[in-house]
Amino acid sequence: MKLNISHDQVNTCRQIAEEIALDIQKDITPLSTISVERAILRLLGIEGEEDKIPYVNILVEHLREQKSLEEGALYWIANACLQTGLALQEVAQKVVSGSLNLVHLPRSSFSEIKNKAEGLVTDSLTRLFKKNQVRKAFKQSFPPSPSPLLYVIVASGNIYDDIAQAKAAAEQGADCVAVIRSTAQSLLDYVPEGITTEGFGGTFATQANYGLMRQGLDEVALKVSRYIYQVNYCSGLCMAEIAALAILEGLDIMVNDALYGILFRDLNMYRTMVDQHFSRYLLGLFDIIITTGEDNLIKTVDAFKEYSIVLVSQFINEQLAKQAGMREDLISLGHAAELDPGIPDSFFWELVQAQLVRQIFPRSPVKFMPPTRYKTGNLFFAHVLDTLFNLLAVWTDQRIALLGMPTEALHTPYIQDRFLSLESALHLRNAASSLKQELRFRRDGKADQRAQELLVRTRETLNRVGEIGIWNALSKGVFSQIKREKRGGKGYNGVFKKGHYYLNPFLDDMVVARARRRAR
Amino acid sequence: MTINEVRPYGDRLNDGAVQLSFSLPVPLSARSREAAKLIATRMGLANIRLVHAQDMGNSFSFYILYGTTAISVDVQAIHVPEVETPLLDFWEINELIERELKKKVVVVAATIGTDAHTVGLDAIISAKGFGGESGLERYPQFKVYNLGAQVPPEVVIDSCKKNKAEVVLVSQVVTQRNSHLLNLSYLSELLEAEKLRERLILICGGPYINAQVALETGFDAGFGPGTTPLQVASYIVQELLRRKSKK
Repeated sequence: MKLNISHDQVNTCRQIAEEIALDIQKDITPLSTISVERAILRLLGIEGEEDKIPYVNILVEHLREQKSLEEGALYWIANACLQTGLALQEVAQKVVSGSLNLVHLPRSSFSEIKNKAEGLVTDSLTRLFKKNQVRKAFKQSFPPSPSPLLYVIVASGNIYDDIAQAKAAAEQGADCVAVIRSTAQSLLDYVPEGITTEGFGGTFATQANYGLMRQGLDEVALKVSRYIYQVNYCSGLCMAEIAALAILEGLDIMVNDALYGILFRDLNMYRTMVDQHFSRYLLGLFDIIITTGEDNLIKTVDAFKEYSIVLVSQFINEQLAKQAGMREDLISLGHAAELDPGIPDSFFWELVQAQLVRQIFPRSPVKFMPPTRYKTGNLFFAHVLDTLFNLLAVWTDQRIALLGMPTEALHTPYIQDRFLSLESALHLRNAASSLKQELRFRRDGKADQRAQELLVRTRETLNRVGEIGIWNALSKGVFSQIKREKRGGKGYNGVFKKGHYYLNPFLDDMVVARARRRAR
Repeated sequence: MTINEVRPYGDRLNDGAVQLSFSLPVPLSARSREAAKLIATRMGLANIRLVHAQDMGNSFSFYILYGTTAISVDVQAIHVPEVETPLLDFWEINELIERELKKKVVVVAATIGTDAHTVGLDAIISAKGFGGESGLERYPQFKVYNLGAQVPPEVVIDSCKKNKAEVVLVSQVVTQRNSHLLNLSYLSELLEAEKLRERLILICGGPYINAQVALETGFDAGFGPGTTPLQVASYIVQELLRRKSKK
C-alpha cells in the first residue's frame, strides 16, 4: 500500500537534516554538562545519597564550586584513585563526608590519569556489556514479538501498584509497559534515589524503581511466554543520567527526543542538545531503542495544516541520533493521530499521514501515538476513536502502537481502561492484518497528492532551518510557534566548555571495542 | 410537562436504569461474580443483571452490570453556584474595554505547581483558541502574559507586580492527592499576604474546576471543561465593570 512519493525529495530532506545535525554537532562537541558528568560517574558505579542528594551530584558540585569542572569529573576521580589508592566508591564517600578534596590532591601526569580513566571505563563497560548479553539472551529465549507492539502506560505513583498493573497488562496482551514519571521530574536537576510510593501524575524514575519493574516484567514474561519491553523517559535535565540508569537496569525503550525538552519544558537548547547526544550515544551502545515525541508538535496547532512539522522534526531527530552513533533500527520516530475527527475524511488523512511516515523511515521501528486532543469525558466515543486508531496502526504496519485510553481526558487509566484498549488493539491486530498488502491507494489520487504536498512543505521548512541554523529556528518559533531563547530556559548554567585535559573515554571507540572483546 | 422528581432514564420514564462497570482485585470466579452483584446491591441498586464478567490476569477481573435505582431527585430544588454572566461577542468586549476602562486589561496566565498540562491554558489564551474562537491573545484590548507550565506561585506574583496585572488565570489539570486544590489555595493565600488579592480577578480553570472549587480556594471564578475563550473574556470585562461601578 505505497504512496507515490519522490525518492529524490525524501533524500534531499534527509541531506538537509544531516547538515543541520552536523552543524549542531559542531557547536556541541566542545561542550559538556553537569548531567553528562553525573552520567559518567553513575556508569562507573558510584551510587548512594546523602541528605537526599545523590553522591554524583555532590561530586560534580564539589568540582564546580572550585571552578575545576572543565576537565570533567573523570579526570579528577581517576587522579584521586591514583593518588590515594582507594576504589571509586571510597573516593566518592570521602568527598561526600568532606574528608577528601579532589582538587587539592597532588596531580599524576596526564598520561597516567588518562590510562587510569580508560581502565575504569573499560571495566565499567565490560561489566555492562556482560549484563547486556544476559538480557539479550533472555529476550531471545522468547518467540519474536508481534507487530505492532502494543504499548501501554501505568502511572499510579506507587511502584508496587505500577507493577501489579503492568503484570495484568502483560497478561491482557501488552508488549511494552511504560511508567509515566511524576509530573515535572524532567525539571529536576538530579535523579531521586530509592523505591518510591508517592508521585504526582506518575511514578518517579529511580534506579531502584527501574530494577523492581524489570523484575516484575521478567516474571510475567515467563508466565505469558512473551518478552515484555520496559519503557521509561529520558527527556529533561537528566537525559544522559537516566540513560545510564536504563543501561544499568536493562530497560528496552527510552523516550528520548532532541527537541521536546526545549520546546515543551523550556529547557535550555544547548543543555538539551549536549545531553541528548551523550544519552543517545550510550543507549545506542547497548541496543536500547529510543522513541521521539513528535506527537507533541501537533497538539497545540492545527494538526492538518501544520502536519509537516512532524516530518521536519523526525528528519532532524533521525540525523541527530545517527550523529550519536545509533543504528536506524534503534531510532523509533514518533508521530500521532491528532487530526480533528470532525473534519471531512479525517480518518483517511490519518491513514495517509501514518503511511507516509512509515514509508519515509522504513527501517525505523516507528511509534504511533493515539488521539488525545479531541477526547472528552465521553469515554464511549473515545473508545471509538481509539479503535479506529488501532485500525490505522495495523493497516499502515506501525511497529509500536501506543494505545489510547477511553478515559484519556479524565484521569490516569483505571485498570479496566487499559484492558478495554488492549482488547480493541488485539482484535484489530488479528482482524485487519492483511489490509496493508491487499489494498492500494489510487495512483495520483488524493492520498498521493497530500503526501507530495507534505513532503514539499517539509523540505521548505528544513531548508529554512538549515539556512538560519537550529538555534535561530528554535528562537524564531519554527517549531509549533514556540520561541525559545538561546541562553534562556532551564539548565543553561549546567553547560560548560571542555578544558584542555577533559576526559570522557566512554566516547572512545578503542575503549568501547576493548570492553566488547573482554565481555565476550 | 415539567418533571420535578427525576430518576435515570433507560427506555421508560423513571425506570431508574443505571449501567455500571468496575474491576475487582480478585481472579474471576463464581464467587467474584456474586461479589460484583453484591457490591451493586449494597450501592442500593435493584434488578441487578451482571451482563459481562472477564478475567484480566494477575488477579484482577472486570464486570459490567445493570440495575435500577429507586432514588429520585427534585431538579428544580437544586442550587448550583455558576458563573452567570451574559456572553458578549469579540467586538463588544474590545469596545467595552476601550470605552469604559480606557486601557488594556493585563492578564497573567499560568499552570502552577508541578502541573505540566497547558492544553486548557492554551485553549483560552493562545491565539489559536478553542472551539473556533480566538484566544485572549488575539483580543486587541487584552495584554496577556502567558507564563506557561509548572510555574511556581511566587513567579506568578512577581509577574503580577511587574506587569500591573488585573487578572490572573490559572489552569489546573492534575488532581492526584488534591494537588489542584492545594496549589490554588496556596496562590490565593500568597496573594492575600502580598496585599494583591483585592485588586485582582482570580480565575481558575480545568477539567475538575467549577464555581464551587473557586469559592473554596479563594478564587473569584472557576471554569470547567468545554469553556471557550469568549466565556472567560465576557466574565472578565463584566466583572471589571462591576468592580469599577462599585468604587
